Amino acid sequence: MAAVILKTRGLTKTYAGVQANTDIDFDLPEGQIRALIGPNGAGKTTFVGMLCGRIPVTRGKVIFDGRDISALPAHKRIALGIAYTFQITSVFAGLSVHENIALAARRAGGNAARVTETLERVGLADRAGQTAGDLSYGHQRILEIGMGLAQSPRLFILDEPTQGLAESEVAAFKTLITGLKNTTILLIEHNMSVVMETADYITVLDQGMTLAEGTPDAIRANRAVRAAYLGTADA
Amino acid sequence: MNRPLALHLLVIAALAAAFFVLPDYHSGNLARIMVLAVYAMGYNLAFGYTGLLSLGHALFFAAGMYGLALSMQHLSLTAIPALMVALIASALVAGITGALALRTRGVAFMIVTLMFAQAGYLTALYFVQYTRGDEGFVLPQAVRQIAGVDLSSAMGRYFAALILFSVTLLIIGALVRAPFGRTLIAIRENEARATMLGYDVQRRKWLALVASGTISGMAGAAYALLFGYAGASFAAVPYSIFPLLYVLLGGAGTTLGPLVGAVFMFYLIDLSSGVTDAYMLVAGVVLVLLTLFLPQGLLGTLRKRWVPWLP
Repeated sequence: MAAVILKTRGLTKTYAGVQANTDIDFDLPEGQIRALIGPNGAGKTTFVGMLCGRIPVTRGKVIFDGRDISALPAHKRIALGIAYTFQITSVFAGLSVHENIALAARRAGGNAARVTETLERVGLADRAGQTAGDLSYGHQRILEIGMGLAQSPRLFILDEPTQGLAESEVAAFKTLITGLKNTTILLIEHNMSVVMETADYITVLDQGMTLAEGTPDAIRANRAVRAAYLGTADA
Repeated sequence: MNRPLALHLLVIAALAAAFFVLPDYHSGNLARIMVLAVYAMGYNLAFGYTGLLSLGHALFFAAGMYGLALSMQHLSLTAIPALMVALIASALVAGITGALALRTRGVAFMIVTLMFAQAGYLTALYFVQYTRGDEGFVLPQAVRQIAGVDLSSAMGRYFAALILFSVTLLIIGALVRAPFGRTLIAIRENEARATMLGYDVQRRKWLALVASGTISGMAGAAYALLFGYAGASFAAVPYSIFPLLYVLLGGAGTTLGPLVGAVFMFYLIDLSSGVTDAYMLVAGVVLVLLTLFLPQGLLGTLRKRWVPWLP
């Protein structure tokens, strides 16, 4: 089995007495595509927020590549090779598409060639000169994914990347992430076709706790998951 | 050569030629405007490029002014060493102020910087035996020279101001196109995103503020050296507001906006005061109209509508 690139122990977040995450122990092997699913309010965004340092932990540990990063500020965690896309699209709206990607690539030591390559990979090469804020919603989401890719991250955390994308864009997204080499992916996703077709393994959160973990087939067959989240219609 | 650099060199050449073309009165004004434009260029680095709306830049302007004037007056330094003192003083003041004020953001940052500047103003008043407070003190003509050039003469003053302006413009022009400057713009545009790309936003904001404060301080020092006077009124609130107005009028985040804004504002007051005693009313109305109809300032609007490459 591949080395574990990310692990958490007892990760807990309390907001004014409400437990958003409770004692989450999580292991992510290198190279895996892991989906994180669960009903709204299950604590998925809080969980990944604690992984990348946007949200301070109440208690518990985050270990990335064998190193305890719990005390590191967000930018230092990113610099270790973690990329993050926001649930609510967050690009540099006033800057060009090219500059958005360049800002991402440059910090990670990427050159102009990587910028061009990324633009082509996500299909935004012909819009490179446009102002990012003028792009359609779907293209802005894709731009944000491109900003993640441009960093050549070791761990890529995507918070609902396909939300609001057209069918064809979702299909392109699936191809894109399953084609990534040397990148471990943690994907929060509501679109079950994306989850089932891309994920190697699935973690289900419910009420801030791990409800189940397993392969897509195992999760699909899991009664507790169906009761909490997938519903009977999914079968 | 790229277009922004060519434009900057053209502006510098035009300003150099202006001295020989313009009547004395206007070239005298222009010397003063160039120094004020340097101040505004420093301010623009923080506000226009990094998105740090400071209401306390008079503190840095005054740190440079007093750094130069006090060390010349009381320590008998000559102009160059005194300029060094001014540089260090304003960088230090900006460094300390930044380290504390940048713990806040938005409105709190505005208030904290305003309060720091007030503290600076009151400090200048408190040490009245050295600064002579609001009344200020005059730097004698004999000491206002560099390498034998008399900076109190019309020509010496004009070209000293032009050199400072040119150096600042070229440095800022290069800086905002360099990776560091582009990261500052990214912070202004979306701080959370910049952080989540792995940029140490806090450190870069501090560096931007130190650079901004130091440039503002050099403008303050030049003002004292070229016009021979230092007084506490330069540390007061209006002098924190002027660079904000120049930058807003000329175009925040444009390299030449501060110059355009300073020229505009200076002559707006100059011309309207020749017509009516209520010249501040005229200035106020024009400012309101510009803010309403050209919210991005003169050059900002020009860039948006017609000249996208404008630096």
